[in-house]
Amino acid sequence: MALSREQIAQRVASELRDGYYVNLGIGIPTLVANCIPADIEVMLQSENGLLGMGPFPLDEEVDADLINAGKQTVTAITGAAYFSSAESFAMIRGAHVDLTVLGAFEIDQNGSIASWMIPGKLVKGMGGAMDLVAGTDNIVVTMTHASKSGQSKLLESCTLPLTGVNCIRKVVTDLAYLEIHDGAFHLIERAPGVSVEEIREKTTGRLIVDGDVPEMRLD
Amino acid sequence: MAGFNKVVASYDEALAGLSDGMTVMVGGFGLCGIPEGLIQKVKDMGVRELTCISNNAGVDGFALGKWLEGRQIKTMIGSYVGENALFEKLFLSGEMEVILTPQGTLAEKIRAGGAGIPAFYTATGYGTDVAKGKDTREFHGRNYVLEESLTADYALVKAWKADTMGNLVYRMTAQNFNPMMATAGRITVAEVEEIVEPGELDPEHIHTPGIFVQRLIKGTFEKRIEQRTIRSA
Repeated sequence: MALSREQIAQRVASELRDGYYVNLGIGIPTLVANCIPADIEVMLQSENGLLGMGPFPLDEEVDADLINAGKQTVTAITGAAYFSSAESFAMIRGAHVDLTVLGAFEIDQNGSIASWMIPGKLVKGMGGAMDLVAGTDNIVVTMTHASKSGQSKLLESCTLPLTGVNCIRKVVTDLAYLEIHDGAFHLIERAPGVSVEEIREKTTGRLIVDGDVPEMRLD
Repeated sequence: MAGFNKVVASYDEALAGLSDGMTVMVGGFGLCGIPEGLIQKVKDMGVRELTCISNNAGVDGFALGKWLEGRQIKTMIGSYVGENALFEKLFLSGEMEVILTPQGTLAEKIRAGGAGIPAFYTATGYGTDVAKGKDTREFHGRNYVLEESLTADYALVKAWKADTMGNLVYRMTAQNFNPMMATAGRITVAEVEEIVEPGELDPEHIHTPGIFVQRLIKGTFEKRIEQRTIRSA
């Protein structure tokens, strides 16, 4: 069975470590906040200027001055800090953020990522994505393995405008956890019940399968 | 003698001199921390052919959406403009030039501009469309793109509190781009929720020192929320 959005988030959460400062992108990455193991502490960074983002507010706590990078109303946890956009991106570009999780349209076997623009269709802008992928080595990309029509999103070379080149090393899809190095995707874990064959079929880029590939543990 | 008193009596006075073809920075992230009254005044003045530097372009009918309605923007420099149907129309039809800039690069361009730094190298955008036509250089085995800084004729910023001397304090995430923009305007106009007497703000807690602020006005704010997300008790 392919993983649900929540299960993808759950798998990503196992990459979290005690004491990590983490930036979560919009979409599936946001769900990782619900999966933080109880025995560790992490601080969530929101690039609009908040370190220590908390859950959504209660109705009576809503404050228009306190939002996240997705423009949603949020709260701040004890020990949080507010700062300017320049300082926020000093944290990001300066590699002070330990882990970044973000979505993508396409990834390729050299670790390049396309996540911000579909020519002729989307003109939203890249927001902070280009800075985030340039800022830390520890990035996890979350995405579905293939489009609804079955087209692979793990490619030999990205076809859409790039967000960054040679910067992605880890990908969690609905079918697998893969690592990227030496010009190939390396299949590390399968989603429970998903065969290596199916993953092979839906990966257009170079895929290395080394021995028996274990199923993911989701707990 | 006005001395260091930056308070102006009206929006007319606050934006006096702002004219067609100028470059205007507008603080805010989404609808959070935007100078609402100053934006409205620019709309009412009807100035055109503006180069507007702001992270976002508002929503239809509110914030910078008002300037789009008036076709007042010739060139928009921002990082994320996806919340606005009219924007998309003006962009796709070529009526408005759009320079999409990575958010951190935008923040640093403005910070650098205000600090007298003409350009800087960043890894952000290397190998992407953003780097096209720009100088690149390798430092310590990594590739970087040369980005030029930004300044403006007018910077319109929003703060929470000010003293009459223009020292500013921001609140929560309504800070965002406002502090850098305040430094990068030839004329910086701050619209604030409250103006107090000098000495009432703790000098150790000033975010923007008054030297960066030329004009100050007390506004009223709707503070519209873009995505009201709540949890249940």
